[in-house]
Amino acid sequence: MEKTLSNKTKLVLSIAAIALFLVLVYVGDNTIPANSSWKMLITVIEKGSIFALVAASMNLLNGFTGLFSLGQAGFMLIGAYTYAIFTIPGKSHEAVYQYFNGGLIQWSIVEILEGKLGIFGHYIGMFIPMIGAGLLVAVVAALIGIPVLRLKSDYLAIATLGFAEILRAFFQWNSLGPITNGSNVLRKYTTYGNAIFPVLVSGICIAIIILLINSTYGRAFRAIRDDEIAAEAMGINLFKHKEMSFVISSFFAGISGALLAMFQTTINAMPFNTVMTYEILLIVVIGGIGSITGSILGAFLFISTSEWLLRGLDAGQWLGISSSLMRPGFRKVVFAIIIMLIVLFYAQGIMGSREFSWDGFINWWKNLPANLKAWPAKRKAKSAAKKEARARKAAAKAKAKEAKAEGEAKRASGEALFTPLPTSDEVMVFGKEGK
Amino acid sequence: MGFIQTWLPYILAGVAVGGQYALIAIGYTMVYGILRLINFAHGDVFMWSGLIMVYLITILPLWLSVILVIIFAIVLGTTIEKVAYRPLRSAPRMSIMISAIGVSYLLQNFALYITGGLTKTYPTIGWLQRTVSIGSATTKMVTLVTPVLTIVLVFLLVMLIKHTKIGMAMRAVSRDFETSSLMGIDIDRVITVTFVIGCALAAIGSILYFSNYTGIQPMSGAMPGLKAFVAAVFGGIGSVPGAVVGAFVIGVAENLIKGIGWTNFSDAFTFVLLIIILMVKPTGLFGEKNIDKV
Repeated sequence: MEKTLSNKTKLVLSIAAIALFLVLVYVGDNTIPANSSWKMLITVIEKGSIFALVAASMNLLNGFTGLFSLGQAGFMLIGAYTYAIFTIPGKSHEAVYQYFNGGLIQWSIVEILEGKLGIFGHYIGMFIPMIGAGLLVAVVAALIGIPVLRLKSDYLAIATLGFAEILRAFFQWNSLGPITNGSNVLRKYTTYGNAIFPVLVSGICIAIIILLINSTYGRAFRAIRDDEIAAEAMGINLFKHKEMSFVISSFFAGISGALLAMFQTTINAMPFNTVMTYEILLIVVIGGIGSITGSILGAFLFISTSEWLLRGLDAGQWLGISSSLMRPGFRKVVFAIIIMLIVLFYAQGIMGSREFSWDGFINWWKNLPANLKAWPAKRKAKSAAKKEARARKAAAKAKAKEAKAEGEAKRASGEALFTPLPTSDEVMVFGKEGK
Repeated sequence: MGFIQTWLPYILAGVAVGGQYALIAIGYTMVYGILRLINFAHGDVFMWSGLIMVYLITILPLWLSVILVIIFAIVLGTTIEKVAYRPLRSAPRMSIMISAIGVSYLLQNFALYITGGLTKTYPTIGWLQRTVSIGSATTKMVTLVTPVLTIVLVFLLVMLIKHTKIGMAMRAVSRDFETSSLMGIDIDRVITVTFVIGCALAAIGSILYFSNYTGIQPMSGAMPGLKAFVAAVFGGIGSVPGAVVGAFVIGVAENLIKGIGWTNFSDAFTFVLLIIILMVKPTGLFGEKNIDKV
């Protein structure tokens, strides 16, 4: 029996780890000079936490409810726009909406509340549009969900992808220009000052997702994922639960969209296309479909490799290797190949469907030296087994070939290969069902 | 008469683009009919055949490059099937779809690397781009060639499916995968042939499509691909004539919407159509009813 920690110790450990991380992020963002290459680490943490949130929300749908939805980028788009539109300061409207006479909305929630409540109002003024963005996305998702969620797996994927494209066209529509600025960028809206903000918001949202997954609703979601018909037979209202999962997932996608808007400082509807959804999906796959821990790890891994660690591949030098092949874009090719390898040979991702736990972590740490020592032997055994399987296969093939040659020879010499079937009417032919 | 004068150019353009979508849609519908997989990479095979043409035409004569482009598309498509789909055939459907998305991502990024993110101009193929006038409308030759060529190719394909041994095998496999393999049909061969036909038609479609819209960039394949898929769903997935009808409907409707002046929504319309058809008649116009068994 492995020794397990008491619940209290686990809680203390978790809080300590989170607090330490937050302090490090806060201090890091304040002390690392902007021109240092380590600044990239902070950027990765910011962007990584935003994508961790949207990946977790997608995992709630795809991994836990079994709904293969590809609309995440569209929902992020609504979130990002809602946040940006309501936080552009009044005096900047003239500049931002230069083609639309300063736009329709001439005020910003942040400014109004800041005027009344001071710096406290500033933060409240950032939270209200952010939550509002989430809520608006949730309402839109609820409306979309009513027709779309009746569809089965791949049709659902295409329909949600289609809705995301419709949303993108809608936000670029010139007639909505006074609000959305048409196809021009939105900028000058209020953003956060320290990297701790997105980390904190994402952390709280992911915590809520985890609580939801561990609740009775979460169990109902998983029941639907494993077998819809059985779940329905057990009294789970399929549509209600699917819609709920869809709406909640979209709410968090909207929040992460608002965070992304703050992170980027300018937004435009163009990049919220299918590629973005694909990237989020690939994060979920890398982390493991059905593991929130996996989604978080996957997001940080994805963002850090694509934004930071593989940067050198574009610049021509990476880990001391330089080659003329390495020119802009090479990074993404290498990256896509790595992803394909994961999808093909390591389909369960980093975490599979397991989650992080302190017990598991401590056990893993304790067994690490032993596992490392045993690794070469394990590998040898594995390759030997593979060799044997290959040999067996080759032998079977040879045998089949021999048998075939024998049959051919027999046929050539005119010998009957099979006893003929009875020619009477008793041979039954089954018709296709339902005809 | 005035009505026709205003709308004829849009209808002509719609029929042309519809024919081009039809050639892509056949690849989707055949692969879906057999593997039950949305081949997300099909649109990118289409884009890549366009891109290869841009590079080939600089060193080779036209007729040779056309042939090589078709061969390239076939090789690319069958390789994708062998490498990315075949190992996952017994895996859950979600993983094979993710694999398709991964391949699409790879092909797009590779195109981005090769082109350096610049839009490439498609070579002019002389007689395809000659202007002709029909009544009041002037248009390019390709607008007239496309529907005719599409219908001829589809007719040949339907004949192949109906009257040859491999066509019979395809129909059997699309009806019941397991039983047909028990009956001694070589499933791998049937699937390969499906990909060969689909990719060859996509390559022909790319020549026609990019003669009309001359700019190619890594994302050019995504939208026509999605639209062609919607066309396949509209016509009833798995049905070749259905996909063609669906493609023509989408092409014409899209151009009429452009004619009203709602250009922004011409792409969105396709998806509205998809959702409506899935609500009203999920099996599409010519699709067969599928019953889920527990």
